Amino acid sequence: MAENITTQKADLILDVKGMKKYFPIQKGLLKRVVGNVKAVDDVSFYLREGETLGLVGESGCGKTTVSRTIIRLYEPTAGTAHFKTALFSADGKPEMVNIFDLDKAQMKQIRREVSMIFQDPINSLNPRMSIFDIVSEPMVIHGMKIGKEMEETVITLLERVGLRKEHIRRYPHEFSGGQRQRIGIARALSMNPKIIFCDEPVSALDVSIQAQTLNLLQDLQTDFDLSYVFVAHDLSVVQHISDRVAVMYVGKIAEMAGSDALYNEPLHPYTEALMSSVPKPDPRYESERIIMRGDVADPSNPPPGCYFHPRCRYAIDRCSQETPEFRELKPDHFVACHRAEELTLKGV
Amino acid sequence: MAEPLIEIKDLHVEFEVRDGTIHAVDGFTLTINRGETLGVIGESGCGKSITAKAVMQMVPKPGKITGGEILYYQRDKYNPQKSVNVVNITNLHPDSEKIRKIRGGEFAMIFQEPMSSLTPVYTTGTHIGEALHLHRMLPKTVGERMAQNITAYRPVTKDEAREISIEMLQKVGIPKPRERVDAYPHQLSGGQRQRVMVAVALSCHPFMLIADEPTTALDVSIEAQILDLMRGLQETMEMSIMFITHNLGVVAEMAKEIVVMYMGKQVEAASTDRIFYEPKHPYTRALLQSIPKVGKRTGDRLASIKGMVPDPFHLPSGCVFHPRCPSFMPGKCDQITPSWIEVEPDHWARCLLYEDV
Repeated sequence: MAENITTQKADLILDVKGMKKYFPIQKGLLKRVVGNVKAVDDVSFYLREGETLGLVGESGCGKTTVSRTIIRLYEPTAGTAHFKTALFSADGKPEMVNIFDLDKAQMKQIRREVSMIFQDPINSLNPRMSIFDIVSEPMVIHGMKIGKEMEETVITLLERVGLRKEHIRRYPHEFSGGQRQRIGIARALSMNPKIIFCDEPVSALDVSIQAQTLNLLQDLQTDFDLSYVFVAHDLSVVQHISDRVAVMYVGKIAEMAGSDALYNEPLHPYTEALMSSVPKPDPRYESERIIMRGDVADPSNPPPGCYFHPRCRYAIDRCSQETPEFRELKPDHFVACHRAEELTLKGV
Repeated sequence: MAEPLIEIKDLHVEFEVRDGTIHAVDGFTLTINRGETLGVIGESGCGKSITAKAVMQMVPKPGKITGGEILYYQRDKYNPQKSVNVVNITNLHPDSEKIRKIRGGEFAMIFQEPMSSLTPVYTTGTHIGEALHLHRMLPKTVGERMAQNITAYRPVTKDEAREISIEMLQKVGIPKPRERVDAYPHQLSGGQRQRVMVAVALSCHPFMLIADEPTTALDVSIEAQILDLMRGLQETMEMSIMFITHNLGVVAEMAKEIVVMYMGKQVEAASTDRIFYEPKHPYTRALLQSIPKVGKRTGDRLASIKGMVPDPFHLPSGCVFHPRCPSFMPGKCDQITPSWIEVEPDHWARCLLYEDV
């Protein structure tokens, strides 16, 4: 089904097709595989240069697994992920390289260009390393810079993310949550990456700090020509920062579209329900809230047909029998729903 | 109708630590009426949770309530006709029989972290049952004729507790409650654990529910379910809710009145509508502007509050918000401490913009 996606777009930096990541369920002494948790199940998406793609969905839907599989912290089960890079081309021109085909040494190279900001700013920094050690570690690993030059780079980076020069010798516990997240951002920037995977970068922060961090991420994007894959569960934050948004449900992408199109004219019932559940910071807003009954489907034992059908208020017989195809219904607006054409859904 | 349940008058909570004294709550005044929902908002460390814990008389050590009073207008749960008894919670010893009866039975609390607030070695049923054994009474069955005149109560039995637990789990929307009553916390998802917390809190029909960030760790869909549940139960039980959160969307939906806190002080209090549409204090305004609004994408930068929350040991002079305030008036805000004044009927603020100085 991935073939339907038009990829003849010159400005793509990342093109993921049919990506799968199954975690085996093992049992007994011999570790027999008795089943699979389909954390990511046939996911296809693309990212243009300088763009932000938001990835939203409930916990356990596979958002984090998607980003971790692409940078191969997890080994993919199937699929391809083409990334535009000049690292391996003979003539220095960027070409599309399948990340999943690379060997260990090449992967190390790729990680210079593909970086990550982690969710938990407290646990993602080693408490025994000073800020200088943390931010310079990628440069040490890649043997990029040494001595004075490295120190200067670290200071420039820290100042760029809004920290001060004297912070360089301090340790993570001396910083607040927002500052720690800035350290994480500085570390992610240290290798001049092209793509940064931001895994819930602001969900642990207070609203005012959240706003500062989001602004910083936007500024850095323009300054360094970055592309972001922004994983979050807060729909208002994702809408604010993303050019396009993909909604995931139980390992599959349910809908992917431009931010405005997705929020104003959703095509998938799950997107509609998710939008209606967001509490609006406006006491005069009269909302019709769609309460989704039941729990998220179990990815080791998903329901037949469309995974969302047991909770969907528009479900028909076909939904429980056939798996809907992920197709481009309008230009740049993808959806996986049998009834997408006939339904008129409400956005926010 | 507006019958007060709790009156907090000039509450002070202090923490004596090695580096000095932290005024976690610094002069907090508030009335919560029966059956109403009050929202308390503010950034982390502003004293929201400590205020809530003071109401339950369980301020963690080395914190101490050093001033003010918390008056609780206690009505007998089983004899509503009986006259109201005024209890000053600040005078009760944290371990006394009296406060232990109130805690859990009449005031219930939903804690911030569903992951760590349940005991891993107890089943769901044991958690709910424990609260029921301690606080819930059932009418005694005497002779039918006598029962009309005499209502006596007895504690619940083990079997009844189990039945009530199952009923509560059903009410909070946990699928297959008859099986889940024997489940341990690790067998439940985050949303289910939080719903178990809600079930424990509501099982004894409290007058007052203190919800400390009850939905922060949850997905929007589960959050919607839990908020819906709390509202439903509030209507049937005439319960007051003190809703502590930093999610402005949630308070806009739940609360009737809102108190905004900053560094242990109330900076503004008014009805929800007024807070959102006519905020008076610059901090409230800044807070409202710093949140991205779903459905209103502008592509602009967010208005963020400059700087950071000050160090509690070195609070700025005058108004504690002045170093970050966009309406800072030099010579005034950094010298004069603003007082808590009613700027408009039922709209209180602590800001020199509304004082003649």
